[in-house]
Amino acid sequence: MSVVQANMHPLDNYLRTERLPHVWCSGCGIGTVLGAYLRAMKNIGMDPEKTIMVSGIGCTGRAAGYVKMDSFHTTHGRPIPFAVGIKAARPDLNVTVFSGDGDLFAIGGNHIIHAARRNADITVITINNFIYGMTGGQLAPTTPETGITTTSPYGNVESPFNLAGLVAVSGASYVARWTSLHVRRLEKSIEKALKKRGFSFVEVLSPCPTAYGRRNRMRDPVDMLKYFQEHAVVKHHINPLEGVIEPDKDFIVGEFLDAEEEPTFEDKLWEMTKKEFLYTSQAERTAWILEHRRHLETLSKIISGRGER
Amino acid sequence: MATESRIEKLLKESDATIPRGTVYLVEDRCKGCGLCVEFCPKGVLVISDRFNKKGYHPPELVEEPPLKVCINCGFCERICPEFAIFVKKKEE
Repeated sequence: MSVVQANMHPLDNYLRTERLPHVWCSGCGIGTVLGAYLRAMKNIGMDPEKTIMVSGIGCTGRAAGYVKMDSFHTTHGRPIPFAVGIKAARPDLNVTVFSGDGDLFAIGGNHIIHAARRNADITVITINNFIYGMTGGQLAPTTPETGITTTSPYGNVESPFNLAGLVAVSGASYVARWTSLHVRRLEKSIEKALKKRGFSFVEVLSPCPTAYGRRNRMRDPVDMLKYFQEHAVVKHHINPLEGVIEPDKDFIVGEFLDAEEEPTFEDKLWEMTKKEFLYTSQAERTAWILEHRRHLETLSKIISGRGER
Repeated sequence: MATESRIEKLLKESDATIPRGTVYLVEDRCKGCGLCVEFCPKGVLVISDRFNKKGYHPPELVEEPPLKVCINCGFCERICPEFAIFVKKKEE
C-alpha cells in the first residue's frame, strides 16, 4: 500500500491554488497555521464571501495572497488600523488580521495595544517565529534572551515581549497562545476566537528553521517542533503575565483569557451614528456606503489627479 | 513486542475495529520537511527515495498490518504546511 496521488486538497476551495507551492521555506510553520485557520473557518461554516483577511509585511504577511477571499496586503505594521477601518465601515464582515510578530508588535506595536483597548471586533492571529525572518534574521522584540541572530552574534541581552500578556492587559476579550505543533487545539482556539465578539488574539509560536533555528542549534524544523513538544506546558486561564518565554525552560501555552462579552468599538460607534445620522438599521447604513462608494472613488481619483475633471 | 501481541489478542476477542485511512498526496507541492513523517503517531510514513518536480523527497506510506497502519487520525493533514498530504476514511 503506498500513498495515492491526488491533485486536489480538501482546502483547495479556500486557496488560490495557482499560486501554490507558496514562498515559505521547507518546515516553516506559517502554512500549518494558515491551514488551521482555514479549517476553523470551514468548521464553523464562515462564508469566505463575507470574510476579509488583512496582513502586513513579512513572511506571514504573504498569507493574504494565498487565500481565496477578499484579502488586503497593507503597509508595514499597519494591518490593524486597516482592519479596524474595514470593520467600522462594514460591521457585517468578519475581519481577521493574519500577520507576524515583527509586523504587529515591533513596527506596529502601538496599534495593537490601542485596538485591544478599544475592544475592536476583529480577530488577530500572530505568528511568533522569534525573529525577522524575511529580512535575514535580525533581532526582534520577541527573540528570547541569549538567542543568537545576525545582529546579536554573541546572544541577545534584551528581555523579549510576552505578547499574550501584553494584549491581555491592554483589554482584549480573548487571548490564547499555542505552538504550530498543537494543531488540533489551535484549530479549536481559532474557532472560538472567530466566534468571539470583541478583540480576540491568538499567538502561535512557529519554527523558523532558516533564520532562527539554524543559529540556535535547531537546524531542522523537526528539532524545533521537538523543542516545543518538550517545553510547552498546557495551562488554561492563568495570569497572562506568567507566560514569559525563556530559553531552555518550560513555557506556558493555552487559553489565557476568555472574558465576558462587552460592547465593542463598533457597537459604540453604531450607537453614536444612529443617534446623529438617524439610520434605522445597520443594513441602511451599509447600503448608503455602497451607494456612495462610486462617488468617493471618483472624488479620490480627482484629488490624486488621475481622473477626468 | 509483548504489548502489541496483547493488543492483537484483545482485538480478536472484542468486536472493536481500528479505523483505517487512505493517505493522499499532492506530490508536487511537497517540500520534504519531514514533519508528517516525524509526527505520525503510528509511524507509517517514511521519506521516499524518489524526487518530485521541485527536487524534494515526498513521503511514502509503509504499512505493516494489523497494527502499524494508517488510522485516519488526520495529524499529517493538519501539520503539513504545504497543503500537500491528506487522509480520507477507508470504507470497508
